[in-house]
Amino acid sequence: MANVPADRVYSETHEWHKVEGDVLTLGITQFAVDQLTDVTYVEMKKPGFKFKAGDVVGTVESVKTTSDIYCAAGGEVIESNAALNDDPGLLNRDPHGAGWLVKIRVSDASGLSKCMDAGKYQAQVH
Amino acid sequence: MLKTPLNAFHRQHKGHLVDFAGWEMAMYYSGLVQEHHQVRNSGGIFDVSHMGRVKIAGRHARRLLERVCSRRISDMEIGQCRYSLVCNEQGGVKDDVIVYRVDDDEFLIVVNASNREKLMRHFEEVRKTNDFTLKALEDRTMETAMVALQGPKVMDLIGKVSREVPTLKKYRFAVKNLLITKIIVSRTGYTGEDGVEVILPAGMAVDMALKYLLQGVDMDAPDAILKPAGLGCRDTLRTEAGMPLYGHELGEDICALSCGVDFAIALDKDQGDKGEQFIGMAALKKVAAEGGPARKLVGLVLDGKRSARPGMVVKQGDKDVGVVTSGCPSPTLGKCIAMAFVDQALLAPGTSLDVDSGRGILPAVTSPLPFYKAAKKA
Repeated sequence: MANVPADRVYSETHEWHKVEGDVLTLGITQFAVDQLTDVTYVEMKKPGFKFKAGDVVGTVESVKTTSDIYCAAGGEVIESNAALNDDPGLLNRDPHGAGWLVKIRVSDASGLSKCMDAGKYQAQVH
Repeated sequence: MLKTPLNAFHRQHKGHLVDFAGWEMAMYYSGLVQEHHQVRNSGGIFDVSHMGRVKIAGRHARRLLERVCSRRISDMEIGQCRYSLVCNEQGGVKDDVIVYRVDDDEFLIVVNASNREKLMRHFEEVRKTNDFTLKALEDRTMETAMVALQGPKVMDLIGKVSREVPTLKKYRFAVKNLLITKIIVSRTGYTGEDGVEVILPAGMAVDMALKYLLQGVDMDAPDAILKPAGLGCRDTLRTEAGMPLYGHELGEDICALSCGVDFAIALDKDQGDKGEQFIGMAALKKVAAEGGPARKLVGLVLDGKRSARPGMVVKQGDKDVGVVTSGCPSPTLGKCIAMAFVDQALLAPGTSLDVDSGRGILPAVTSPLPFYKAAKKA
């Protein structure tokens, strides 16, 4: 289970959602970055961007493909990960930690209940 | 899923395995970009066993190939390879292939994995229609393996085991005897680098042949001359080299004259000694006589970090003027590059165009292909 932390929930589109209080940290999984290959550019929505559950909140470019990033909850972007601007490879090296994408103030958490827990996600990708 | 004879090799080197045209292949091993640079700067070994290998031999082998290939076959020498298209009657592209002339009446054709079965049916149909007599029309893919060794240091490495191979000109091959088996070594590739492609018997012989070719190179050493390279970097390398890929720049509905490989289309091939019409020739002659296809393949260099991707529309102002076929951030050039079919009038290098990503406009300028050319050795 080393590659799928148990402290968060997972979507079909391979984002992870970690909730602490009313702040949600969003990222993509090890499985997702392994598929993407080397990440070259991350463009997330800016703080203040409001969105509904299931909306696109940014785009990740890799050498191989361009991938939209979805958030299962609705809310407002409060911070994007500045470290990824200079070092997009951080997303490949530490997708579940330092390579997080955005922090979100949640206004609609209902979509999170449809997400998978770590065990279920692990079963799906292996 | 089909497994190539190098499946154990992929696993041993921790390949990230994916389904590619029904084959279990390595997308990358250590990392796509790292492998890309390894091939440009030193050398990489690719498993390309998924590609189809078809033997055509017998009295009418040459004539069958003249019928299906867009390039002249009859003037090929034994030991020569030739890149060609296989077209349909409408002048679209069924596949691009490499023809090896093994003997006067024996050829080997290397075809794309996804088109292998389609081409076997096509060749068989052409044989029947023309009542050609053949000794063999055999799909040899499963009985053989194929590896590509590509990069500026590959020929030095090969020179240690063969005096002959480094003297081969581009698009020539040698048949080497290795104990009881034969291997075919050709000076060809799909990366824009110098190197060879090697066809060898499947089974036990693969290990033996690899050992022979690699001469004890420890591919896991950090500074190894040669390292495993996956299909991921094969795609970025061929894109930089401006080489077309079936399903992107080539397809049944794409006019052969638009794909940037006019050198491989001999519209005069019915003239002269042993001249013969090829399938699709009449349609292509008509297109040429009417001023060529409406759109042709061109390079695009993008401004910014967003990459163009296949299917994105190319615009000039509000007007649709083309479509992107391949695109990636180029590891060698450090900027995003793409290939696209663009209206004839806008092909001049330096023409400013826009790529519509669906989420905004990516400014681009047209560029000649290839984007990258290997430095000539002194």
